[in-house]
Amino acid sequence: MRKILVTLLFLLFGTSAFADCNIKSGSINILANDFPALRTFVETSKQCKGSADFKVTHSSEHNKIAVPALTANPSEFSARIAANSSIVPLMNQDLIRPLDDLVKKYGKGIQDSQLITIDGKVMAVAFMANTQHLYYREDVLKDLGIAIPKTYEEVVAASEKIRASGKMQYPYAAAYKAGWNLAEEFVNMFIGHGGEFFKSGSAEPNINNAKGVATLNMLKKLSELSNPDYLTHDSEAIKVEWESGNVALMTLWASRSGTLLDDEGDPNITKATKLTGPATVGGGNIPAATLWWDGFTLAKNRSDADAEATFRALAHAASNKKMVADAADQAVWLVEGFVPGPKSIGVIEAVKMGAKPYPMLPQMGLMHGALGSEIVEFLQGKESAEQALKDVEAAYISKAKEQGFL
Amino acid sequence: MPNKTFFWFFLPTGLAMILFIGLPIISTGIQSFYAQHDQVVKEVKKCDPFGCTVSIVVDNEETSKIREAKPLGKFNGFGTYTDRNHLAVDEIKKFWNETESFGAFIDQVTNLPFYKALIFTLTYCLFVTPNVLLLGFIIALSLNAVARKIRGPLIFGTILPMIVTPLVGSLVLFWMIDSQGIIGANIQNLMNDPYLSLKSSKTLTWITIIIYGIWHHSPFAFVVFYAALQTVPQEPIEAAIIDGASRFQRIKHIVLPHIYPVVTFVALISLMDNFRVFEPIIGFSAEGSAQSLSWLIYDNLVNEEVILFGSAAATSMMTIIGIAILLAPVLIRTWKEFKTAR
Repeated sequence: MRKILVTLLFLLFGTSAFADCNIKSGSINILANDFPALRTFVETSKQCKGSADFKVTHSSEHNKIAVPALTANPSEFSARIAANSSIVPLMNQDLIRPLDDLVKKYGKGIQDSQLITIDGKVMAVAFMANTQHLYYREDVLKDLGIAIPKTYEEVVAASEKIRASGKMQYPYAAAYKAGWNLAEEFVNMFIGHGGEFFKSGSAEPNINNAKGVATLNMLKKLSELSNPDYLTHDSEAIKVEWESGNVALMTLWASRSGTLLDDEGDPNITKATKLTGPATVGGGNIPAATLWWDGFTLAKNRSDADAEATFRALAHAASNKKMVADAADQAVWLVEGFVPGPKSIGVIEAVKMGAKPYPMLPQMGLMHGALGSEIVEFLQGKESAEQALKDVEAAYISKAKEQGFL
Repeated sequence: MPNKTFFWFFLPTGLAMILFIGLPIISTGIQSFYAQHDQVVKEVKKCDPFGCTVSIVVDNEETSKIREAKPLGKFNGFGTYTDRNHLAVDEIKKFWNETESFGAFIDQVTNLPFYKALIFTLTYCLFVTPNVLLLGFIIALSLNAVARKIRGPLIFGTILPMIVTPLVGSLVLFWMIDSQGIIGANIQNLMNDPYLSLKSSKTLTWITIIIYGIWHHSPFAFVVFYAALQTVPQEPIEAAIIDGASRFQRIKHIVLPHIYPVVTFVALISLMDNFRVFEPIIGFSAEGSAQSLSWLIYDNLVNEEVILFGSAAATSMMTIIGIAILLAPVLIRTWKEFKTAR
């Protein structure tokens, strides 16, 4: 009886593992953020795990786990799905391994454009792109005869018009939650103004200038058109605001469009929800947005056999035409064979408009952190823009000195 | 208890305390005197799906050599303690010389992250601790007076705030005070101001957190006071009743002196707890308006993509010192009483 059961089970699993990459040994353990596209990606790579051990941790707290977990020797995870910003601490601490050999050996389907190379070495393989762009309510704009905004000045004007019409009290929304989210909005807007965060070739801050002031003033104007609780709103919260029909214009991640446009919620709002590229600001020609990639990296402190098994499984997903066809509306895949759908408009427009990638600099995390807490008081109207920027620079300098960047 | 028995009795606890509290504190202390080595960076070409740029990375080969030689980092002495993100000694001197009025000076100082956090922490302690003591005592007295039959369920209901995980408790309140939540919407109605938001104003956020703190901590004071009330001898109270003492006089002259050591104990524990206020700030997403010392440590350790061990260690040490200073008067007093009692 037991034999029959085992045979049956074997048959069952034998048939479901349709894309076996013939991995014979090794153990695979992946750390990744938690959103639908990444789940799809990891699931796809699991299909080819063969007889390797396969584990995955999806967590929105991935940033907090990554460095300690990969510092351990052997590392807890054999792979980490990272992005422009989160690869930096791994690089700073020398926790990830170059992938050149593995790409040569097993990376047949991976396109050259997917490779993240640093100093000539492949450090990560990207598989999707992301950015923040505008969402708008077609019905509201049409009713009031407002054209689709192309600049943040137009966003402000449109929001004021919507407010004046009495349709909505707080027509604009963006993730302004104090901390990482708010700092990210500053980064976008500052880049849109053509700003550079550091004096060229050094880690000296360079934000206390006219561009910084203009950035803050624009953020403040937008915040005044948002729900007064904006400092507590993250991407999830503004998504809820949108779905309750309180908002007509919004800046949000492209990767969230899938959940906004799904069948849940008020069908009228879903139907009227439209996507467009990111806005420019202050007469600039590049969008006030940053481009992001998500890709996989392999831990350095893990055996070569594990690295090989992990790479083969992940490379299977990173070159999987079936996956990008099936999950075309989950993300803007960078994988060959991806046909962009209506949900990818934001990212594609951003790339066309020449959006800049998020700065992949070793000290950028410190600047991001300083921005997230020091510009709050300006938005609350408690201090001047100059004072806020001075505070950001001072806070950054102290941290950078402690970290040895200055 | 003879000293020898006490020693053997205390040994396991003592060892555990040294191992899990003493040593980590010492290690944190050592860490706070070190900063990272100067970063060796180099210019390299970086390519990603969006194009290539020339920019800098940390030179890992060079860095690992330096790290191997001195794994703790660069000795920084009190450098981290005195920098702008902590005690900000230089900045304060500068403000003192530059500002014209004392008010302007205070404004400048309270704009510094450490002092901003310290002021919130102290305000929180100052409002929450006495109120917790008072409320806990009143609840204990009232419950002590109700019929025994309903006491059980009442006690359970009273200690509920303490059973609820702080984070969950604060999240529940956070949603209730939302402008569309039950409390938020009612306050808007009451004040006749549809734009009133408890979360956007700094003062209102502080008040919310303080009220939450009182709500959360009172049950602890209540439980201890209630237990202490059971030990109050009945004879003097009966005698006082015969002498015609009012309820208030009985409490003031008999009950309070009797449970006084317990009040000191609750005050101590409550002060310590409140000085480390942290969860409500996260639960209320109040980082923008209220920052505590513990939140600063958390921020240094997790909110940045680069972990600032030195900063976090320095703030931890100063939190410990802060608690010691706060507790000093109570401790000294207890010590003196202990000595006179002998």
